Amino acid sequence: MTARLVRLAEASRLEVPFTFDGVALTGLEGDTVLTAVLLSRGALRQAEFGPEQRAGFCLMGACQDCWIWQEDGARLRACSTELKPGMRLRSAPVSSWPAIGDAT
Amino acid sequence: MTQVLIVGAGPAGIRAAERLVAAGVHPVVVDEGARAGGQIYRRPPAGFTRTPRALYGSEAGKAVALHRCFDMMLEAGQLTFHARSSVISLSGQVAQVLLPEGVHGIAYDRLLLATGATDRLAPVPGWQSAGVYSLGATQVALKSQGVALGQRIVLAGSGPLLTLVASQLLKAGARVEAVLDTAPLTTQARGAVGMALARPFVTVRGALMRAQLGRIYHAGVKLVRIATDDAGPTALYWQDGRGREQCSTCDMVGLGWHLRAETHLADLAGVSMVWNDRFCQWLPHSDAFGRAGDGVYLAGDGLQILGAEGAELAGRLAASACLEDVGLPTPDTKPDLKRLRRMQRFAAAMQRAFPWPAQMVRDLPSDTVLCRCEGISVGELRETLPLSGPEANRAKSLSRVGMGRCQGRYCQLAGAEVLAAKAGVPVAQVGHLRGQPPVRPAPIGAYLDDWSD
Repeated sequence: MTARLVRLAEASRLEVPFTFDGVALTGLEGDTVLTAVLLSRGALRQAEFGPEQRAGFCLMGACQDCWIWQEDGARLRACSTELKPGMRLRSAPVSSWPAIGDAT
Repeated sequence: MTQVLIVGAGPAGIRAAERLVAAGVHPVVVDEGARAGGQIYRRPPAGFTRTPRALYGSEAGKAVALHRCFDMMLEAGQLTFHARSSVISLSGQVAQVLLPEGVHGIAYDRLLLATGATDRLAPVPGWQSAGVYSLGATQVALKSQGVALGQRIVLAGSGPLLTLVASQLLKAGARVEAVLDTAPLTTQARGAVGMALARPFVTVRGALMRAQLGRIYHAGVKLVRIATDDAGPTALYWQDGRGREQCSTCDMVGLGWHLRAETHLADLAGVSMVWNDRFCQWLPHSDAFGRAGDGVYLAGDGLQILGAEGAELAGRLAASACLEDVGLPTPDTKPDLKRLRRMQRFAAAMQRAFPWPAQMVRDLPSDTVLCRCEGISVGELRETLPLSGPEANRAKSLSRVGMGRCQGRYCQLAGAEVLAAKAGVPVAQVGHLRGQPPVRPAPIGAYLDDWSD
C-alpha cells in the first residue's frame, strides 16, 4: 500500500525500527506513531461502522479517530503517541485474543 | 495557600500562570501536549531543527517569548506541570486527571480553564474517508512533524486558517491544487472593513498572503462531494461562484470553518452555555474577565474565539480575577481589557467576512455521513425528529449523533443545523449537547493501577 504522508523537512534524525501488522518498518526519532505508519501506509485501521479506512482526522487528540492496537493488547492514540523503538503495532486486534466469553 | 489548577498550556494558560506566579501563587498546570505551547504555537519534539521563524512566520517572536516564559517558570519550580495529561472529569473541587501513569485526583480551590478550541467542521459527502483531515491537523502535521498529509492537497472551508495553512504548505514545498473558500467576496469585503478598523496591519498582512495564493484560490464556492476510492480521496467536486461544476483532483482534503470552542470541562464545571449568533456556536457565559462563578475562570479560545493574541490577554485577565477573588493584589487590568475589546471587534468582523456555511449544511443529501465516529447519516438524524423534536440531547439518544468517541466535537454544530432546518426553528432552540465525563477516552487500565495500591 502506498504512503499517505510526504516528509517535507526534518529528515536527518535517528532511525527507529517498529512493526505494523507484522511488517518491519522504520520511522525517525520524534515521529508520532501516526506519522511513522502513514509514511509507509495509506491508513491506520478499518472503520468499524463503514466500508472506508481511517487515517486520523484532527491530529490534536480531540476526534479519537486514530486509536490503534499493539500486539500486547494495549491501544494507543497514534497522533499523540511518540514512536518508540521496537513497537509492535496493529491495525486491528489480534484474532487469537480470547473473546470476552472465553475468559474463565 | 490557594491551590489553582490551570487546564491548558497554550497562550491563555501560560499567561494566566505567569500572572499567578508573579503574585506568589504556585499553580498546577495540566496539558495534553508533550511540551507547553498549545496548538498554534505548538513546539516540535526535541531534536527538530527548523527555526522559530520557519515554524511560526511573523508570529515567531510571540511564540518564542511564550515558550520561554513557561520554561523559566518550570525551571524555577514556580509551578507544577503535568504534560501528556488530560483532565477527564470534575467533581467536588477535584479534577480526575489522566496522567501517563494512570488516573489521579488533583484537588483545587480555584479552576482556570484554558482549553482552547478545535476546528469547526461542516460535513461534506465523503469526508469520512482516510485522507480527509481538518485544517488544524494539516497545520499540526507540518509544524510539529514536518510532513504534508498528501501528495496533492485541496484545502476547503473558510476563515483565517484556510489561507494561512495554504501559504505555509506552499512555502514548505507541498503541492496545493486548490484553496476553496465558501465565503463569497461580498461578505469578505463587508467584514474586511471592520477587520481593518480594528487591526489594520494584521488585515493587510492577511490580504497579501491571500493575494500570493493567486489562481489556486476561489471564493464563494459550494462544496458538493469528495470522490473516493479504496485508498482515499481522488477529487473534490465543487460549484464556483457562478454555479458552474468544477472538480479538483487530489489525494488529500483539508476542511475547516474557523474554530469551535472546547467547552466540555466548562460544562462539567457548571458554567452555563449560551448560543452566540455571531460565532454560530454555544459559548460559556462569563464576565469580562472570564469569571464564570463558583471559583471557575475561563480564558482563551475555549471562552471566546479571538486567536492567540487575544488568548494571552484573556489568560492574564482571568488570572487577575482569580487573584482579586482570593484577596491578592493584581496589576492594573485596564490596558489589557481595552486591547481585548479591540480583539473582539476584529474577531466579530472576521466572522462576518467568513461565515459558517449554514445553507450548505442544511442542504446536505440524506446519505451524507454526519457523525464520522459511527457513520450515522444526515437522513438518520432527520428521521429522529418526529420522536425527538428539535432537541439535541433527545436526538442524540435516538440517533447516536454526538454519542461517538469524539463526543459531538465534530458533529454537534452541523447536527443542530440539520435539526433546526428540518423543524423550521432557530438553531439556538435545538440546544447544546450536555457534556459527559470522561471528556477523553480513559483506558480501564489507567484506573486499575490505582486500585492495586
